Amino acid sequence: MRVLGIESSCDETGIAIMDSEQGLVAHTVYSQIELHAEYGGVVPELASRDHIRKTLPLIRSTLDEAKMKADELDGVAYTAGPGLIGALLVGASLGRSLAWGWGVPAVAVHHMEGHLLAPMLEDNKPEFPFVALLVSGGHTLLVQVKGVGQYKVLGESLDDAVGEAFDKTAKLLGLPYPGGPELAKLAERGNPERFTFPRPMVNRPGLDFSFSGLKTFALNTVHSVDGSDQDKADIARAFEDAVVDTLFIKCRRALEQVRLDTLIVAGGVGANQRLRKKLSTLDANVFYPRPEYCTDNGAMIAYAGMLRLQAGEFVSKEIKVKPRWSLEEVAAT
Amino acid sequence: MEIFLADEAATQDFAVRLAPLLKHLSLVTLSGDLGSGKTTLVRGILIAMGYEGRVKSPTYSLVEPYTVNGQRIYHLDLYRLADPEELEYIGVTDYLDGEALALIEWPEKAAGWLPEPDIKINLKVQGQGRSCVLNAGSDAGKLALIALQNDK
Repeated sequence: MRVLGIESSCDETGIAIMDSEQGLVAHTVYSQIELHAEYGGVVPELASRDHIRKTLPLIRSTLDEAKMKADELDGVAYTAGPGLIGALLVGASLGRSLAWGWGVPAVAVHHMEGHLLAPMLEDNKPEFPFVALLVSGGHTLLVQVKGVGQYKVLGESLDDAVGEAFDKTAKLLGLPYPGGPELAKLAERGNPERFTFPRPMVNRPGLDFSFSGLKTFALNTVHSVDGSDQDKADIARAFEDAVVDTLFIKCRRALEQVRLDTLIVAGGVGANQRLRKKLSTLDANVFYPRPEYCTDNGAMIAYAGMLRLQAGEFVSKEIKVKPRWSLEEVAAT
Repeated sequence: MEIFLADEAATQDFAVRLAPLLKHLSLVTLSGDLGSGKTTLVRGILIAMGYEGRVKSPTYSLVEPYTVNGQRIYHLDLYRLADPEELEYIGVTDYLDGEALALIEWPEKAAGWLPEPDIKINLKVQGQGRSCVLNAGSDAGKLALIALQNDK
């Protein structure tokens, strides 16, 4: 079975073709190929969110890359939510209509399910059940995954997502926005002993997160010093240590709570080296998707869609999106 | 008018006073640097209006929609807007239909593209607290601020 995957829930337009025999045949992500080199990062601007102009050309170039014709596809999977309604509608309208035109079934995929299943795209993949930590600019989630479509949200951020806290603290330190990875680089030179940031919500039971207070703590700390390069590096280090510790403590607690020993980490923050090092000390097997599947991409949508199509799931000819869609409402296959 | 909010609890108390006065308004903007408490104030307002779920930062999602007791409320954050033209893309006209209440952070990013707000809120860090300045931009906004002052 060959499935076209379309991801357009936020900034990135991601297109991929997945083959049940050969695995991933081709995949492209717009903002990375076009804007990455120019700006050195994913830049949120009009062009990067303008899915209308990009989606069809990307589908064409992805088919070319796969050396395939549209009539060789057996199904279309698109992100139906959660996300921005306008952005979602582009992918859903195109995906649903193309499937109709091609005479193949279409399936609606939950964006976060795509992230959860992304480590399954690797050769060394985890076995169900596992706990998933999803950490990105827009999400901070701990999820218990029993199987495809069997998700229980164990905890999530009550305010800022962890990647957002990184980006905003980076901005407070004078780094350009979004500057999460640059903050991590700056932290390398920081003295971990100089400042101690709070570990939000670790002393309370439960698995929810709160990162907004850390940003405020960083702001107050920035105001209390001269602002030399060393000051900034020390603050960056204290901030990063606090975030990493908090995530570590909650992951450990989640694994203990549901009695599992497999953790998968997805989302852009999963690339943070200090987080990876710390999580490697867990008494658990930790899996990460490769970096290109950590951020938003079409491959994870094609994969999740393929599993659902193989299980006999498809959507009606109606074009429907769900900007707010809880992971727990996703159907089991 | 200007109010000093000593801590987060003071912000919550102020949100409780402010929330009922926003019922008949359609646009309230919140300005202030990163970490000045814009989202915290919006969270307080939504909770005071009776919303019981999580109020997440809309920085990444750009907009978070809510329905509280039949009233539609949109919490927008324009921080990531690079071009005011993007307002159309995120569907801002749907949020400014006169019936819903839009609470918009970083309105500066859409300078010239947003209608005059009913109330403009400016937050500034002052020591450990926040200074909160409110200005009315419409008759409805003026009435709301008068009611707020009389409510002391």
